[in-house]
Amino acid sequence: MPAGGQGNLFEQEPFPKAAHRELGNTQMRKNLRHATHSIRDKRLKVVGELPDWEALRDAGSTIKNNSMATLEERLLEFEKNFTARGGVVHWARDADEANKIVTDLVRGTGATEVVKVKSMATQEIGLNEHLESEGIDAFETDLAELIVQLGHDKPSHILVPAIHKNRTEVRDIFLKEMPVVDPNLTDEPAKLAEAARAHLRKKFLAAKVAISGANFALADTGTLGVVESEGNGRMCLTLPETLITVMGIEKVLPHWEDIEVFMQLLPRSSTGERMNPYTSLWTGVTEDDGPQNVHIVLLDNGRTRALADRFGRTALNCIRCSACMNVCPVYERTGGHAYGSTYPGPIGAILSPLLTGIEVEENGSLPYASSLCGACYEACPVKINIPEILVHLRGEDVDAKREKHKLPTQMDLLMKGGSWALGKGKNIGLLEKALPLGRLAAGKDKKIKKLPGIAAGWTQSRDIPAPPNKSFRDWWSDEKESK
Amino acid sequence: MSAKEEILGRIRTALADTPVTEEVPREYRTTSTMSQEQLIELLVDRLVDYKAGVDVIEAEQIPDFVASKLKDASSVVYPQGLDARWLSALGSEVELRLDAPGARLSVAELDATSAVVTSSAVSVAESGTIILDGQPDQGRRAISLVPDHHVCIVPVSTIVQLLPEAMPRLSITRPLTWISGPSATSDIELERVEGVHGPRTLDVLMVRGL
Ligand code: SF4
Repeated sequence: MPAGGQGNLFEQEPFPKAAHRELGNTQMRKNLRHATHSIRDKRLKVVGELPDWEALRDAGSTIKNNSMATLEERLLEFEKNFTARGGVVHWARDADEANKIVTDLVRGTGATEVVKVKSMATQEIGLNEHLESEGIDAFETDLAELIVQLGHDKPSHILVPAIHKNRTEVRDIFLKEMPVVDPNLTDEPAKLAEAARAHLRKKFLAAKVAISGANFALADTGTLGVVESEGNGRMCLTLPETLITVMGIEKVLPHWEDIEVFMQLLPRSSTGERMNPYTSLWTGVTEDDGPQNVHIVLLDNGRTRALADRFGRTALNCIRCSACMNVCPVYERTGGHAYGSTYPGPIGAILSPLLTGIEVEENGSLPYASSLCGACYEACPVKINIPEILVHLRGEDVDAKREKHKLPTQMDLLMKGGSWALGKGKNIGLLEKALPLGRLAAGKDKKIKKLPGIAAGWTQSRDIPAPPNKSFRDWWSDEKESK
Repeated sequence: MSAKEEILGRIRTALADTPVTEEVPREYRTTSTMSQEQLIELLVDRLVDYKAGVDVIEAEQIPDFVASKLKDASSVVYPQGLDARWLSALGSEVELRLDAPGARLSVAELDATSAVVTSSAVSVAESGTIILDGQPDQGRRAISLVPDHHVCIVPVSTIVQLLPEAMPRLSITRPLTWISGPSATSDIELERVEGVHGPRTLDVLMVRGL
């Protein structure tokens, strides 16, 4: 089994505990509700405009499956083409190795600061913190990342990392943390954007080194692409002499024409726009245009581990659009911080444990952070069946725990009980006979406030209505008899 | 073992069940049935939605329209391959700055330039996307990025409806910039607001007969 990933991929505490705390943050819940609902509506509208949306999803999902099935060839092809055009390819087994490669590259240029384009991969490996410990300042240039960095906060969403902050909170952070800022700054988003422009302008114009992620790599041409909105990406990808890109190995697409599929799926699924304002594509070095030292660090950090799980590997098809978190009822209430890992929401609940290995105790509770309602699967532009993988991982988790404790766990017994109950109509009928007992467990207000054992998690932040006097099955047969 | 060897080895182990590849179903739309007038109308609609300025004009009107868009500019950068006649109606108070191989403007000079005029390679009407591919009439990427105002010429003959129709017209290995409206952000409460780091004003001149 290939090695698991390290870095910011772990729950900081069990999901139920983190969720319980985050649920108490009513301002955040209000902000999240507003943001996720407005983006859902926008997404539905622009997706509805395309008569061939389902055909695009089918193409996208097959392209990704093929790419993963032939990953070694694809990576070698990409390496060959990127190198032929003057780029330099580095390989990193894990977070530590990637951080070290990037640090050495930055050192080699003599620079002590770098500008950064928003990238999930560098967040996953904790690159900013690492650079800081090595005496190199990393400046995030994406507005939301800037808000998070200035607010000494953590991202809570993969696309809009500061989604948990509203405009007034953003203004307060700017007033407090920007060295030069208009003290009369209002909370109008346009004014806040202007403050960010002024704050970063000099940095862009003077930067010698930029660090980016990549939304895709095209194997047959050696091309890299970054999708963005603000122009901070273009600044970083164009003006500095040295460009270092850190990218997970799963981002490679076989053919350059494949972007015609993904560039229709991605913007509509993520910001709910027909197209994002800017997309940049570059192939190695172009003489006289843009950075002349171009590097890419191809990162494993648990991706091969996820690839080895034949039921879970489609999680690597994710294009990080964030549609699944925007439609998720659990995410909408807990926010992204509760998931601990860089990857929150439904995709995070499967990807984090797949990357680290489910047997890693810290990530054991993530696959339970879902009601299995299926909204994420329906929204996913590359058709990742998240609910199915969640169930698969729950099974793996139970197996891992059993292995460790050599005893059936509560979850085990519950699952066994479940399959006994659901296995035969007679069995569930027997169980239902016990329903009135549940009424005894409930208090006068007809609510069960505390369930025993592992099921207690369910009642930590909600009450369960007492079961009815009679089960549906009993009621049905009584009805039939009285007819 | 090198990191590369080890990662490739892990991939082989992970794929020991040899998953099969399937033919990609490409049932999505790849050809348009729209007339040129419909394409123009659709692209105008999309660009206006992104808060870009748009005019549909005839070729001989280019100099006047360029001049009127740039009436407040004090300096304008243009790439070597741009048709110089397009800039012929600019007032004498506007300083023209040529960016050419061997005579590149520095980043500081670009930052001190009010506007840029470029042509474009191909535009996708359905998504309102103008694609620049670094040919001589568009120049290197920095010139259409640093000045705060971009006047972009879109020849009507280069408009297609669908992204898949644009692909054969692109040389992918040149540096490409896809532009869908002026710089914008959705980072605060997921509301799109225009104007962050890229040019905050985008004026598109769609030209018939080009
Ligand atoms: S799992 Fe699907 S919906 Fe979620 S972020 Fe990834 S691609 Fe988007």
